[in-house]
This record gives sequence, structure tokens and C-alpha cells, in this order.
Amino acid sequence: MKTAHSITGNQEAAWHLETRRIEPDAMQVVFTGRWCIDQDLPSSAALHAELTEDLRRLTFRTDALGAWDSGFLAFLAALRKFCVGRGIVVDQSGLPAGVGHLLTMAFAVPAQKVSDRTGGRQTLLVQVGTETIAFFRGLPEMLHFLGEITLSFGRLLTGRAQFRMSDLWLEVEEIGPRALLIVSVICFLVGLILAYLGADQLRMVGAQRFIADLVAIGMVREMGALMTGIIIAGRTGAAFAAQLGTMQVNEEIDAFKTLGISPIDFLVLPRILALMLMMPLLTLYAGFIGMLAGMLVSTTIFHISVFEYYTETIQALELKHFLVGLSKGSVYGAMVAYSGCLRGIQCGRSAEAVGEAATSAVVTGILLITITASLLTIIYYQLGI
Amino acid sequence: MTNEPHIKIDNLTMGYGDFVVQHDLNCVINKGDIFVIMGGNGCGKTTLMRALVGLQRPTAGTIFYSGEDFWNVPQEDQERLKRRLGIMFQSGALWSSLTLAENVALPLIEYSTLPPRRIDELVSFKLALVGLAGFEEFYPVELSGGMKKRAGLARAMALDPEIMVIDEPSAGLDPLTARRLDDLILELRDSLGTTIVVVTHELASILNIGSNSVFLDNETRTMIATGNPREALKSGDPRVRHFLTRGEA
Repeated sequence: MKTAHSITGNQEAAWHLETRRIEPDAMQVVFTGRWCIDQDLPSSAALHAELTEDLRRLTFRTDALGAWDSGFLAFLAALRKFCVGRGIVVDQSGLPAGVGHLLTMAFAVPAQKVSDRTGGRQTLLVQVGTETIAFFRGLPEMLHFLGEITLSFGRLLTGRAQFRMSDLWLEVEEIGPRALLIVSVICFLVGLILAYLGADQLRMVGAQRFIADLVAIGMVREMGALMTGIIIAGRTGAAFAAQLGTMQVNEEIDAFKTLGISPIDFLVLPRILALMLMMPLLTLYAGFIGMLAGMLVSTTIFHISVFEYYTETIQALELKHFLVGLSKGSVYGAMVAYSGCLRGIQCGRSAEAVGEAATSAVVTGILLITITASLLTIIYYQLGI
Repeated sequence: MTNEPHIKIDNLTMGYGDFVVQHDLNCVINKGDIFVIMGGNGCGKTTLMRALVGLQRPTAGTIFYSGEDFWNVPQEDQERLKRRLGIMFQSGALWSSLTLAENVALPLIEYSTLPPRRIDELVSFKLALVGLAGFEEFYPVELSGGMKKRAGLARAMALDPEIMVIDEPSAGLDPLTARRLDDLILELRDSLGTTIVVVTHELASILNIGSNSVFLDNETRTMIATGNPREALKSGDPRVRHFLTRGEA
């Protein structure tokens, strides 16, 4: 076989490859010209057809070989690998000393034998099955984590929990005051939407002044807690997962364990406490902002006086509405903290895993909020609250 | 090794804000040198490395690559110069979402026109060279620290760079693997003529592979010696000798 190739615009000699039968069972490969990575070098597969079954030995000749780099080495390494597979002895003595040394180094450590890791493409059914099994396998882990948190609360009540109050206040500051702006914006808009929606329906029966009732009860009882929960799931739940996940990657959580300090006490407990403390306050604030938006729409668009709106709101709101809203806020806070910390603690040991943990924390948080919102609504309805 | 200057560090000062890490560094690294940056913990070895590879602008002074002022050339020229460098970070700095093969292949895919089959051959060879043959489909998270480091070296070698900058190559490796890596660094210099800058405080490595060096001092915050580390062991500055003999001299 004789193969030649030249590179357009390249002033140096192009690579050239030639094979010779030097003995009935031995072949010599003659390399000439420049064999560098920036050229369109051939693949070693170009020689496979020449390496017939009767061949027992392969030698090289490189007297006229010009510059070379790892492009040449990779060609030879792949060729040698193929020859070894075919039982052909490769005689490296004809190669430049540096090439021989580097090739010997490359083959000094035997290749790791691993089963097929590519796995092939899974069908949709297999994927659904795998995900379902993974979900149900994850349930005991979620319950275990819940149990650990419960025990940690037990230690807190008996004064044995190992955590720093300064961490708790830092979390309180991060979750509460720093979230006020985004809670204000979202809840103002939700209050505005509720007012418009109510006005449209109530106008048909001439009861527009009941916009105040709708907005007040809607925001204080349901929407304030729900919207704050969703905001906090995206803002704080993801942050919890990313913080704890990064600590997992850096082996900081392992360091706590080896010192006999419970990472649940030290890391998870302050976060859950902070959210459970701040969520009711944020919920109250969200309700107030929503009502403010409702009042603004009612007075400016639907010509209801401020006094009328205020009086109607006071009449509509009862203590039970506040209690329902606050209890929901607390529960949603606990759900967000639980999902954020759970996904952070479960995080793998790579940067990618931290991203997945943050995403999963938000999804789990919102899912848990939705489920508990439905359950609590049914329970409060049955109790007549 | 030739006497042709490849990298020239000229009155270099580095720091963070008002804090000066090292000042007035001057040295010449010739083509084919294995240049060791050594010194105690916190003396600024990694900061110097970051300045050399374009990650941290020096507060004063210049770095020349083959006569080109690295920090004062236009952005596109600096990018061109960067492509002549292969960098291995201390932890390996592998991209966690890519397999080892993909990690090594990425520079080849981005900066060459090689067909996929040739890239596969090159990737397999580079991984074999660092003793990771057969690990092509593994993800970084599945590897030990030493393996990540070696894979990082394979990635640094991907484009056959003229200059390789290697941060702590043998830290955390078993003695045999560390020796093997030292041999590989020597072979890359001898066979391919690569200029290699190594940041290390592994004494065995310094004496085994170093052909030129700079010693950064913690107290004076500047270089106190430069030259062949084996010479420094015999007749250099007493502080350098103290360091190289683990405090025995």
C-alpha cells in the first residue's frame, strides 16, 4: 500500500506512509515527512487491511521522518493496540528514541477493563420505570430525614442540640428582611389580579364593594401564604440545597460527622427554625400588601371610597382567617426548608450534582406546598374553620 | 534545552488590593526548561502561576512569551498566546458533566479540524500516557483525587502545547505514580521540546526534574534565588538550602 497526502499551503514536507513486506510474515511501515497534529493525518485504520492474519511481526523505518508530535504517537499507539489484538509483534526499534519511550510509557499501565458504560439508549417505558422505582426507593430516605429532623427538634427542646444562635439569626436575616422586596412585588400584583377578577364578576350582581372581602380573605387566608411559599421555595429552598450541596462536595458535612457533631443539628435545624419563624411574618406582610393593591384598584378604577373599602375589609376579616393563613405559612416554610435541606444533604459530589440538588429542591418544595395546601384546605373545611 | 528565551518575567509584582504577594520578580525561562516555582506555603507560587496563564493581572511588571507582552497585547493576541499554553490545575479542574474522554477531546474539537476518529485516537493515547487507559467513559466524580490530577494533565497535553504550566503535579499521589509523572514531564520536554513550568514543593520532584527554578520567599515577599535547584542545594542562599534539605542545613 502506498498512501500520500499533502496539506494545502503547508511549506513543509507532508506526511507519507509506505508499507513493505520484508519477510513472508513481517511487514515494515516506512514513515517520511512531517507527522504533526495540525495536519490531516490518517487514522491507523488505514493500515488495518494490510495487517493480514499471516502477519506475525511489524517493524518501522523512520530515517526520513521529519517533525512529529502526538499526532504521530496517537497513530502508532492505535496501530500497536490493533496489532496486539491480532497477535502481531510490534518491534519499536526503528522508531525515534523519544517516540519509543512515550509509547512504552503509554502502554506501561494496562488498560482498565470495564463493562460497557455507554448503556445504550433506553426506551421511554424503561425510563419511566426507572424513575418510578427511584422515586419509591427515595421515599424511605425522605422519611428517615424527617425522623432525623424530629429527633433534632427533640434535642433542641431538651437543650442538647448543637447549633449556634448566630447561624439562626443570619438565616433569619437572609430569609426575612432580604426577601421583602420580591414578596412585595409579587403579592402586590396578586392582590391587583384578585381585585380585577372580583370586580368583573361582582359587577354583574351589583356588589362591587365586596371586592374588599374577596381580596382580604383571599390574601390573608390562602394567596399570601401560597405565593410567599412559592417565592421562598425558589429563593431560599434552592439556596439551602446549593449551600449544603457545596458543603457535601467539599466534605464539610463529613467533617461534622467525624467530629461527632450532627449536621442536622448544626446545619439543618437553624435553617428550618428560621423559615418557620419568618414565614408567618412574611405571610402577614404579603396579605397586607395584597389588600393594599386591592384598595388601590378599587378606589382608582372602580370608584369605591377608601373608607368603604376599609370598613368592608374589617368586617370580612376574622381571627380565624389570620390563624389559617399563619398556620399555612408556617407549614409551607417547613416544607420548603425540609425539601431544600433534604436535597442538599442528598447531593452528589460534583458541581453538576449541586445544580441538580437546587433544581430538585425547588420542584420538591413547590410539590409539597401544593399537596399540603390541598390537604389543609380540606381539613379546615371539614372543621368549619 | 536551549538558550532561547521562551518566557521572560520582568519586574513582576502581584497582589490583591493593597496587599503585595510578591514584588520585583525577574527570571528567564528558556525553551525546553523545566522551571520550578518553589517556596513555602502562602508565598505566592499559585498567584505567579495565575499571572503566567492569564487568570490574574499583575499589579506591575510584564510577562513576555517569545517576546510578546502577554498582558499588554490586544485581547485576540492574548487568546492566541493562551492557546500555546497547556495548564494543569492542582485539583485537575475537570468538567464534571463531561467524561474523561470528552474532557480531553474538548480542546481538540474547539481548536482543531481533526475528524472524530483521529480525536478519539489522540484522546486514548493521552489518557494512556497518564496511566488512565480504559477510563475514557468515566466521569470525574468516579475518580480518585490522583486520577483526576492525571486526567487534568492529559487535558493540558491535548493540543501539544509549547508550554505546559503544572500546579502541584505530584501532591497527593503515591510515590510510584508521582515518579511516573515526573518521568512523563521529563519525556515531554526531551521528546517534544515542551517548556514546562511546575509549581511544587515536593522536594523529590524539584531535584528530579527541575532544570531551572525560582525560590519565592515568604518574609521578604520577593525571589531570593533562581537557577538550577541542584546547584541551589549545594551553594545557594542558606534559606533555599534550608528549604531544600527540610531544615537540616
